[in-house]
Amino acid sequence: MPKDGGIGASSKRREDVRFLTGNGKYTDDINMRGQAYVHFLRSDVAHGTLTKVDTSAAAEMPGVVQIFTGADFVEIGGMPCGWQVTDKHGDPMHEPKHPVLAHGKVRHVGEPIAAVVAETLAQARDAAEAIEVDIAELPAVVNMKDAVKDGAPKVHDELPGNLCYDWGFVEENKGAVDEAFEKAAHVTTLELTNNRLVANPMEPRVAIGDFDRSDGEHTLYTTSQNPHVIRLLMGAFVLGIPEHKLRVVAPDVGGGFGTKIFHYQEEAFCTFAAKAVNRPVKWTSTRSEAFVSDAHGRDHVTKIELALDAENNFTALRTDTYANMGAYLSTFAPSVPTWLHGTLMAGNYKTPLIYVNVKAVFTNTVPVDAYRGAGRPEATYQLERLVDMAAHELGVDPIALRRQNFITEFPYATPVAVEYDTGDYVATMDKLEEMADLSGFEARRKASEAKGKLRGFGVNCYIEACGIAPSNLVGQLGARAGLYESATVRVNATGGLVVMTGSHSHGQGHETSFAQVVAEMIGIDESMIDIVHGDTSKVPMGMGTYGSRSIAVGGSAMVRATEKIIAKAKKIASHLLEASEGDIELKDGAFSVAGTDKSVAWGDVTLAAYVPHNYPLDDIEPGLEETAFYDPANFTYPSGAYACEVELDPDTGQVSIERFSAADDFGNIINPMIVTGQVHGGIAQGVGQALLENCAYDEEGQLLSASYMDYAMPRASDLPFYDVDHSCQTPCTHNPLGVKGCGEAGAIGSPPAVVNAVINAMRSGGHDVKHIDMPVSPARVWAAMNG
Amino acid sequence: MTQVKMTVNGKAASGEVEGRTLLAQFLREDQGLTGTHIGCDTSQCGACVVHVNGEAVKACTMLAIEADGANVDTIEGQADADGSLNVIQQAFQDHHGLQCGFCTPGMVMSAAALLKENPKPSEAEVRHYLDGNICRCTGYHNIVKAIMAASGQDVSAIAAE
Repeated sequence: MPKDGGIGASSKRREDVRFLTGNGKYTDDINMRGQAYVHFLRSDVAHGTLTKVDTSAAAEMPGVVQIFTGADFVEIGGMPCGWQVTDKHGDPMHEPKHPVLAHGKVRHVGEPIAAVVAETLAQARDAAEAIEVDIAELPAVVNMKDAVKDGAPKVHDELPGNLCYDWGFVEENKGAVDEAFEKAAHVTTLELTNNRLVANPMEPRVAIGDFDRSDGEHTLYTTSQNPHVIRLLMGAFVLGIPEHKLRVVAPDVGGGFGTKIFHYQEEAFCTFAAKAVNRPVKWTSTRSEAFVSDAHGRDHVTKIELALDAENNFTALRTDTYANMGAYLSTFAPSVPTWLHGTLMAGNYKTPLIYVNVKAVFTNTVPVDAYRGAGRPEATYQLERLVDMAAHELGVDPIALRRQNFITEFPYATPVAVEYDTGDYVATMDKLEEMADLSGFEARRKASEAKGKLRGFGVNCYIEACGIAPSNLVGQLGARAGLYESATVRVNATGGLVVMTGSHSHGQGHETSFAQVVAEMIGIDESMIDIVHGDTSKVPMGMGTYGSRSIAVGGSAMVRATEKIIAKAKKIASHLLEASEGDIELKDGAFSVAGTDKSVAWGDVTLAAYVPHNYPLDDIEPGLEETAFYDPANFTYPSGAYACEVELDPDTGQVSIERFSAADDFGNIINPMIVTGQVHGGIAQGVGQALLENCAYDEEGQLLSASYMDYAMPRASDLPFYDVDHSCQTPCTHNPLGVKGCGEAGAIGSPPAVVNAVINAMRSGGHDVKHIDMPVSPARVWAAMNG
Repeated sequence: MTQVKMTVNGKAASGEVEGRTLLAQFLREDQGLTGTHIGCDTSQCGACVVHVNGEAVKACTMLAIEADGANVDTIEGQADADGSLNVIQQAFQDHHGLQCGFCTPGMVMSAAALLKENPKPSEAEVRHYLDGNICRCTGYHNIVKAIMAASGQDVSAIAAE
């Protein structure tokens, strides 16, 4: 029976009412009294020396308040990187300076050169056109393999070879892996590209800086997934503002998908400029600016090899990946191809020996960082394409080959440094086969063929590491921050309560699902609970939302704080009921004495806490407010199996998705409706990557796909209804809710199923296509079949 | 600067605008109606869809002066007279047809225009009509389902939740 509230109920989202009536409060909806507007003049060349930036004529333009250039930021810290990777020789990665505004050189199209602050946005734009900029163009390097060749253009003059790091994982295993390949009965090899993407949350980024001279406090309103992280990075490393003088607010945020994790120049600029010009300064990104200034995602080129023995058991895996960093290191860029990618290369399989090599390369392109899944989609795509190809080469069923090699016993320590606590890959595959109606496929294929179309079926599994992350572990791996989460539960005298969480909701519905958890724990109605997030002046230091961590880490902090509340409330109740504390039970919002009919309501206890008249002050402090910080003991490991069925028009190469089935294991689930919605959205982004989206540069570093005219965002007509199931549940063993997280699964699990299905369709038409790179566009499909 | 007058959500509205001021900017900045969102600069995303004289229009594609004298309806005027969600808005909440909420005003306004011209659209018709509205969160499943439900069709056979 569906529940009507609490954990496991599909409670309708409370945030929807404001969004559906136009009452959401997004950053761009905020207008400060006396605010000025900033427009950034950005480089239109990919690489060059700045020989002149003359703002004198522009400064005379109507409405101009002040114009800033790189020279104004020479004494100010650059953009910091939050993760240091150590290379295979034990040396730290190369970490070039990343200025707020370009100085000396420009290194990618879109890099800000100057910032015009003016009375109106139109005046700022007009004045920017009057800035005289001369750039002595230098040869640009875009292709990663070109960038590491001798004599390649140097993105950073001090760094020949453009290599950020050359990472080997696990370096000590390399010899054993190579030996296993020499002994293999069969080796399958695949070279592939994980196409560069742009996250494209529908709300472009916005930053508003404000400075209050009365108390010296800075405020930044920004479209962020993690306002405390921005406060720490910008305050400590860029502008030198202590936390108690810097408030960062991320109100309603219109989607993030990773690209709003990072600290961007525009945030630092607006905060800095608000003090400099003594008035609020607002920047709203256009979509065109977003394409050249939001961190991009993916962009790996990989050679991957699988060794199998004569019985088709996987014996070793070896990968060689080039990962594009772009021109500068974005906040968490170095972690994505390494610790979020290499550690996932075991996938769902008991491959005993694995070696991963990653070369991170600078190019004259926009910085690349985490995008939904971040490293895990790249790992899954390689592995699941490779296993499909191995099955084809060996003439065995791809599902059977997967099943034969599944990890079946948990906990399972992989050879790539992580330990899966729970999972049941057989169960999700069983469920998937049922959902996908495999037995009906041949009939559907015949029906397609009768129409002159080809039909293909593709499947893949996935595993991801979520609930990011244990602080002491990530510290060893190079993270320059802890990855705990915080919550304060503030109970009011009349029994309502507010949870202040360091997690941030930008579409995930935390205001609803987090309230469900507390409602269940106390036994009160969800309407008595408010969830507050996104404001560093209200919420304790928190690390924000990414890596499918909110319910697993932030939810756990909230549970711990609520447990403290309940423990104290029981003490108060025991006093009010004149009973032993150990005999007090909390059920349905009332405290009772076990074995008696004596009870006191939640509201009476909360009132006593704040109106402590007849109250044991010697024993218990007044008030009812508790804070907890939760640091996870391990990652969580959601897993699942996905299937895609496509129809392919051999005359045009057009592919349409006919069916998509997803069987996920997310452990316990708080709100099934929200979880299903998260999977839907993830699948759409994964299908978008597989069929449509591509961030393309020309050889000179000009971005060719720089608007929605050229970057193919998935539309409603590109996608089907999805069949999504999460009834297979192996609860996480190390967090109090037994939850694993669901935000990224869809984007991780779907691209290989799509590509496997397209290749299956092409083969059914007699075309022995080995591989096709994403996006599987009609032109590429047609060329592959008619090549 | 030119004075424009129009009726917005049934009330008289006026302001001084530049020739280049877009209707979307006029609504957001002059009228404080920030429910109309701007998600792109090439008239692709549809977050800014409003109704002008009953027709769905992307408010970033129309100059404010072109709307002089027009009847304009925005998301802020869509709820029922008693303030409760209208049928389409309610269906979006019931079927989880929104996540971050940024594309939502445009989706609701487009859905209203669709149902006016086609009261019982098929799934394919809904998907085709939404070609000019991009959502990055939902994968469209629950948006399509919500619009079909708002049209009075039984959507219980469409996959769960």
